[in-house]
Amino acid sequence: MRETFTQVTYLVASVLFILGLRSLTKPDTARRGMQYAAVGMLLAIIGTLVQHEIVRYDWIAGGLILGTIIGIPMGTEVPMTAMPQRIAISHMFGALAATLVGVAEYWLHGASLGTAKISAIGFEVLFGSLTVTGSFMAFGKLQGIITGRSVTYKGQNSVNITLFGVTLIMFIYLIVNPGNAMVFYAMIALAFLIGIFMVLPIGGADMPVVISLLNSYAGLASAATGFAIGNNVLIIAGALDGASGFILSIVMSKAMNRSFNNVIFGAFGAAPTVSAKTATGLTVRSISAEDAAIQLAYAKLVIVVPGYGMAVAQAQHQVRELAELIEKKGGEVKYAIHPVAGRMPGHMNVLLAEANVPYDRLYDMEEINGEFERADVALVIGANDVVNPAARNDKSSPIYGMPILNADKAQSIIVLKRSMNPGFAGIENELFYDDKTTLLFGDAKTSLSRLVTEVKAV
Amino acid sequence: MNPTSFIQLYVFVLAAFVGYQIITRVPPLLHTPLMSATNAISAISLVGSLVAAGSNRGNVSTVLGFAAVTAATINVVGGFVITDRMLKMFKRDPVPAKDDKAPPSHGPSASDAPPASGKK
Repeated sequence: MRETFTQVTYLVASVLFILGLRSLTKPDTARRGMQYAAVGMLLAIIGTLVQHEIVRYDWIAGGLILGTIIGIPMGTEVPMTAMPQRIAISHMFGALAATLVGVAEYWLHGASLGTAKISAIGFEVLFGSLTVTGSFMAFGKLQGIITGRSVTYKGQNSVNITLFGVTLIMFIYLIVNPGNAMVFYAMIALAFLIGIFMVLPIGGADMPVVISLLNSYAGLASAATGFAIGNNVLIIAGALDGASGFILSIVMSKAMNRSFNNVIFGAFGAAPTVSAKTATGLTVRSISAEDAAIQLAYAKLVIVVPGYGMAVAQAQHQVRELAELIEKKGGEVKYAIHPVAGRMPGHMNVLLAEANVPYDRLYDMEEINGEFERADVALVIGANDVVNPAARNDKSSPIYGMPILNADKAQSIIVLKRSMNPGFAGIENELFYDDKTTLLFGDAKTSLSRLVTEVKAV
Repeated sequence: MNPTSFIQLYVFVLAAFVGYQIITRVPPLLHTPLMSATNAISAISLVGSLVAAGSNRGNVSTVLGFAAVTAATINVVGGFVITDRMLKMFKRDPVPAKDDKAPPSHGPSASDAPPASGKK
């Protein structure tokens, strides 16, 4: 009877999870759908707690209370600008839970595990532990605890491949001889190392790919937990998470023009060679806030191109303020969002939504690219590589082939920029030297505040 | 391979397929909430952690289970809360830019009665 109740709660939870994710296809239904998914989660927890197997509740209560105490501020207090590191650290917690359950299972059953079970536990602790350290590294880089630059050294690839190979051999050995605990724990230790080495060479701009990939791994670890303990709701939820991370990895890698293999083996992030093109002989035109404001105030269509610079300066509220002023003056403002703008998928959308920008003004690359031609001004805020025309026409450029926003097609381009330092890849941006382009130097937030004041005065 | 493992494999493959079909339709607009949502959902591994912590199978299992319950609960609670917080922010424009051409939709009763009462 109790067993049936448990299974029913799991079934209901699975359905609600799938419906919850489906609701995310539309912004209007998303919130309600995810609330149903949360109810599904609660049901599954209750269904588990009434099982015969569970005989003591002291440690369970302790973990639930401690987790809630830590979890609530992580949900309510973390600012939207810190979302990438917040997501990275949650991948770590998810993978940690899976790994610990896997170790507990192995510790209990060890040599008596059948082939199917030990394979599942092996996958679980492998994906789990490399996601734990990998996500922690990603968190550290995004939070600025570890250098955000790509760390590379000679023979890096051979070291990684060897490490990976040895771990894989241990895994196969373990399937044949599940009783060898030494190998089991050594395999976990190596997987921890793989996680570290995998994220070490990742530079800041590659973060969206690696976060998506770790998302997928964390999901696969959960699914493997389901196989190991024979629980279908875990398999389903893990498969959904794994599929989601996988799709996002592909979307991100396509948006950066990186190959699929590149993503799977995590061999991305190698220091790009500096482009042959240099800025010698080229000059940029700077513009005063007054002149820029006049252009914006009289524009019929302004397309804003936000990038990581806007997130760093936390300038999203000033962007919205400026847009409202332009709209008051009769202009139209749209936002062009590149898939890899920022440090995680959808980063810019969340920031702008936080600043009360209505979501129907946020446009994907495909939707907006045709409209730049009729835009009077393209306002580029802290974005660089995603508007670099070299991706379209310079075959020697490391970003050649990457799909970009056609900001260069606009009637005029105003670039808000801190200084003339090139972007992450050390690539000069032709757009900045275009005849139609003017640059407004300074911190994005300060520049935007000045623009707001000046547009008011126009 | 026993039949149970095979059924599990079916479940996995079908769920992954459903997930793929649904998630490719999620617009890039909501990719960040999507990631935090899937993260919260996959914290269902809490269910496995609860069994490890509460089934009295020795101290090692209990302690590992306790740590796992804590980690998974952080994701369940924090994940659903932050997803909801994000989704709450995504609002339509209350005054769509192009609606000046649109007719006043419904009759004079509702929309015309309070003439610009000053709110919003």
